[in-house]
Amino acid sequence: MKKALSCVWLAIVLLLIYIPIIIIAVYSFTDAKMVGGSIGGVSLDNYATLFKNEGLRDMIIGTVILALGSALISTILATLGALGAHYSKRVPKALIDIANRVPVVNADVVTGFSLCVLLIIILGISKDSYIPLVIGHVVLCTPFVYLSIIPKLKQLDNNLYEAALDLGATPAQALFKIVLPQLIPGIISGFMLAVTLSLDDYFITTYTKPATFNTISTYVYNATKGNQTEVKTALWALSTLIFLIVVIFVVVTNVLSMKKEKNKREKIS
Amino acid sequence: MKKLRLRFSRSQLCLPYAVFLILFVIVPLIVILYYAFTNGQGHFTFDNFKSFFTNANTIGTLLYSLYLAAVTTIICLLIAYPTAYLLARSGFKKQYVLLMLFIAPMWINFTLRITALKEVLSVLEGNLSDFPFLNSVIGLTYDFLPFMILPLYTSFLKLDKSLLEAASDLGANKFFVFLQVTLPLSVPGIVSGVTMVLLPSMTNCVVLEMLYNKTYIPGSLIDSYFKAFDWNRGSMISIVLLIIIFIVTLVTNRFSDKDGERRTIL
Repeated sequence: MKKALSCVWLAIVLLLIYIPIIIIAVYSFTDAKMVGGSIGGVSLDNYATLFKNEGLRDMIIGTVILALGSALISTILATLGALGAHYSKRVPKALIDIANRVPVVNADVVTGFSLCVLLIIILGISKDSYIPLVIGHVVLCTPFVYLSIIPKLKQLDNNLYEAALDLGATPAQALFKIVLPQLIPGIISGFMLAVTLSLDDYFITTYTKPATFNTISTYVYNATKGNQTEVKTALWALSTLIFLIVVIFVVVTNVLSMKKEKNKREKIS
Repeated sequence: MKKLRLRFSRSQLCLPYAVFLILFVIVPLIVILYYAFTNGQGHFTFDNFKSFFTNANTIGTLLYSLYLAAVTTIICLLIAYPTAYLLARSGFKKQYVLLMLFIAPMWINFTLRITALKEVLSVLEGNLSDFPFLNSVIGLTYDFLPFMILPLYTSFLKLDKSLLEAASDLGANKFFVFLQVTLPLSVPGIVSGVTMVLLPSMTNCVVLEMLYNKTYIPGSLIDSYFKAFDWNRGSMISIVLLIIIFIVTLVTNRFSDKDGERRTIL
């Protein structure tokens, strides 16, 4: 009885979360121009538009390149920063920790606005150079990557580094061959987080992007203001595609982790 | 900077990030502080400050956004608390997969999710502008719910089962076990969930604008000053927001996880 009740609650919440996404997904496969409107038949036109419409295609490719690029820069910066901070004295480490916390707690509007004032108004860097945009996204992502690496550093066994030095490794070798590999899980999850943050950002992008460049967020926001039905329904297809990618990703990572656990158990027994 | 140069070369690895933080995190804050207290000609002035606190529009916006964010946060908490509790404590077999189901929508771009929500709401309501407040709350709740579920779920997962058993062995009924043990121990989760929902929902004007809401929140004020090239007043609002964020962070830091641990030991 109790279990049934909790199942009902969870089902209701899930339903509320997924109703909009699923309705859009269903409509994306039809030729309907609006939700609740007449459906003439099944069609894949929305998906075709996604690849044929130049503006849409460029926007998708641009968003992905920006996300991967800024995530890569963030990951390198944060990894070096976390390593350095971990081996620094208390005061400099605390200072970096505090500065690192600022973009985390700060509102994105404020981060974007302040960067825009500094880079574009005061330093006069052209928005078209993409430099403000990339810096903005790196500012947004790096602190989170840093925060996901620091716990791994705390778990680290310092003796391993010393042992490597005793066995004749140079400090650089010890760092890259002994310390860095142990941080890989934190670095990977930090990278993934950075990609997600960059993909989902709206405010920093609008304040720093070149006028002709759009990411998914700014594109969708502008598209909902206008009345271009073709683009609007193509966005349903985009949302469905992203949803499918997320589902596949979740399933694959789950299956992989289950297999890993199975292997571990078999090895132990 | 000299302090960073320690005898180990390892600590110097953080130099690039330290420089980056100073240039693009600290300096921008100093810049908007300067802009907030100067006028267009660069003269020092309190005018932006005064006009912020005497202008009914800006103060009204701030209060409205606080109200909106508070209502959103409470509704998120009311939905997320039982959800996270059931997910973590009901002993479902594929607990983790179930949790992923609840937070997976987080990875779909929020503008796309809000578009989907808007389509559904317009079918239900007809004219969206008839219910501006309701739509804003629904939109923000829909956007931020996963951020409330996640920290609550972690805090329930950490909860020590033996404490619950001890409480019921000592004669507490289920209601009292919840009130005296579960609830106090989930405070860190509640606090971090509240910060993750309260502050963003105060400033995310995009969700509101996409749902055809004409009422402004501070985010939209900054946006309007940005579009009008009024850097000084935009900076003033940013500073006010920063102060609010700073206060909220100070308050929530007192309830962080360490505190929770201490309470467990006591």
